[in-house]
Amino acid sequence: MFYHALEINEPKCIGCARCMKICPTEAIRIRNGKAYIQEHRCIDCGKCHESCPVDAIFIKQDDFKSIHDYPHSVALLPAVFLSQFPSDMRVSRIYAALKDLGFRHVFEVESSAAIYAEAKNRYAMAHTDQKPHISSFCPAIVRLIQIKYPSLVDNIMPIKAPIDLSAMYALKALGERGIPREEIGIFYVTPCAAKIAAVKSPVDEKRSIIDGVINMDSLYNRVFKKIKEQGKDYVFQPSRSPNLSADAILSTLTNGERRICMAKRSYAIDGIQNVIDFLDKLENDEVESVEFLELRACDQSCAGALLSCDNRFLIGERMYNRARKAAERERNGEMPRDKEMDSSREYLLEHSLVDAVKPRSMMTLDKDRKVAFQKMEKINRLKDFLPQVDCGLCGAPSCDAFATDVVVNRIGLSRCIFYQRHLEHKNEITRQECLAAMNSVWGTDRMGDPQK
Amino acid sequence: MHQEYTIIEGDFVNAGKASSSVKKTLKQLNVDPTVVKRVVVALYEAEVNAIAHAYGGKVLVDIDEDKINMVVADKGPGIPDIAMAMQEGYSTARPEVRDMGFGAGMGLPNMQKNVDKLNVTSEVGVGTTVEMEVNFN
Repeated sequence: MFYHALEINEPKCIGCARCMKICPTEAIRIRNGKAYIQEHRCIDCGKCHESCPVDAIFIKQDDFKSIHDYPHSVALLPAVFLSQFPSDMRVSRIYAALKDLGFRHVFEVESSAAIYAEAKNRYAMAHTDQKPHISSFCPAIVRLIQIKYPSLVDNIMPIKAPIDLSAMYALKALGERGIPREEIGIFYVTPCAAKIAAVKSPVDEKRSIIDGVINMDSLYNRVFKKIKEQGKDYVFQPSRSPNLSADAILSTLTNGERRICMAKRSYAIDGIQNVIDFLDKLENDEVESVEFLELRACDQSCAGALLSCDNRFLIGERMYNRARKAAERERNGEMPRDKEMDSSREYLLEHSLVDAVKPRSMMTLDKDRKVAFQKMEKINRLKDFLPQVDCGLCGAPSCDAFATDVVVNRIGLSRCIFYQRHLEHKNEITRQECLAAMNSVWGTDRMGDPQK
Repeated sequence: MHQEYTIIEGDFVNAGKASSSVKKTLKQLNVDPTVVKRVVVALYEAEVNAIAHAYGGKVLVDIDEDKINMVVADKGPGIPDIAMAMQEGYSTARPEVRDMGFGAGMGLPNMQKNVDKLNVTSEVGVGTTVEMEVNFN
């Protein structure tokens, strides 16, 4: 089973079904008045988290205290982290707060962006027969393709994401300073659920070298609190400012990979529904001669990530601003810090490949085609019968999803309110049974006592 | 299992409706992705052909455990010389159709390449019927 970072906090969940309606892979059902995630369909995109009005969907993370278990704790920050803070907040101040919180070393994930881009270009040149090449950057997209577009899995470039490359670099750099592996704890500060899931169960199903994951919003709160506590006049040792290159900073935004890839025709698509619409076309061979695809689950890519602490456009602007300054420094001949990695370039490139991505289709009704065929015939008969209003009262997001649930998971057909009326009319169901069917979906305490 | 779709003359916007829906069905039946792809490409070509050349028609799809049978039957000008039409690059598409990126003369050859059985029958002035079959195993 794949690790999922998204979980429902049952006591908090009010079973409002907003998440069920919005989930792009129809992974959510309502049972006993609570939302429930079907794990084999979930891609950790976090749409449900966004839609929840009571914050009942949470993202599991590791205990922050575990950073103290390692003498050399490393924070791997995504480039979007610094842009969470207001633009008048000095970067060196944020770094100082991170050190005060207990991190011994801080690396920005996108330091490896140039090496990641080169690994992709090398792969693209060596595999010209497998176009279009799909970027491995966004783990929610990789999972989407695995479950929904099995015929496209071979188009995903089997290349480690910048997180893994940077973690490898951090380990190597600290190792060269004589620090043993067991003293190093690599903590990834994640902007989204999908990246946690990817760290906890990597695509190629091997163990990740990352020791823990911390949610970006919770670290933001800690850093902010620390800075407020320390006050305006706090004296700190300024650490070297993290000069990422402009390319590296922009790489997490939409078009960030596309603008530096070598492909003649490429597309950058953000927003999970946009990606789904596009992949449907691509799978039908309706998109011609495209060579590279940068696909991101979040609107505005990582600036719009789930654990962002501010509006996606404000964060995007801060990132552009930072990139503009970085580009100016580069023009003035200043070396960006990601050039540090150049000494490890060949080592990282050599270790940049992962095993091929495998499909794990959620679409298949049964492995045995004969059984699948029988199930499908039943489902089709049901579909013709159901009202097709997608009201969701049965606890499934659509009539089609319900038909599948009835056949595959043996859910009672009387959960359909239209069918209930039909049975009532024929005197084939009692009022008690109607209520019981309703309660099995929406719970018993959904309404107040009408007698009162 | 039987599915039917209607084709409307010149409605390129909806080209691919039938092939998309067939694709979904075959995925659920655990048909090999490469086979699914062949089916989808062939059916899409046939759909576009009918939209481009004919005055409307129907797509009839029959799926059983081992194979899919697809019939695209249109009312239209018909094909006077089927052998000629089977040649790559031969096209009678109108300029406005070509302007939309269709009509490269690859339709029938592409269908031929992707299916296990192809049968084209046509009567000039009446219409064309393309019958295709793909085995799943």
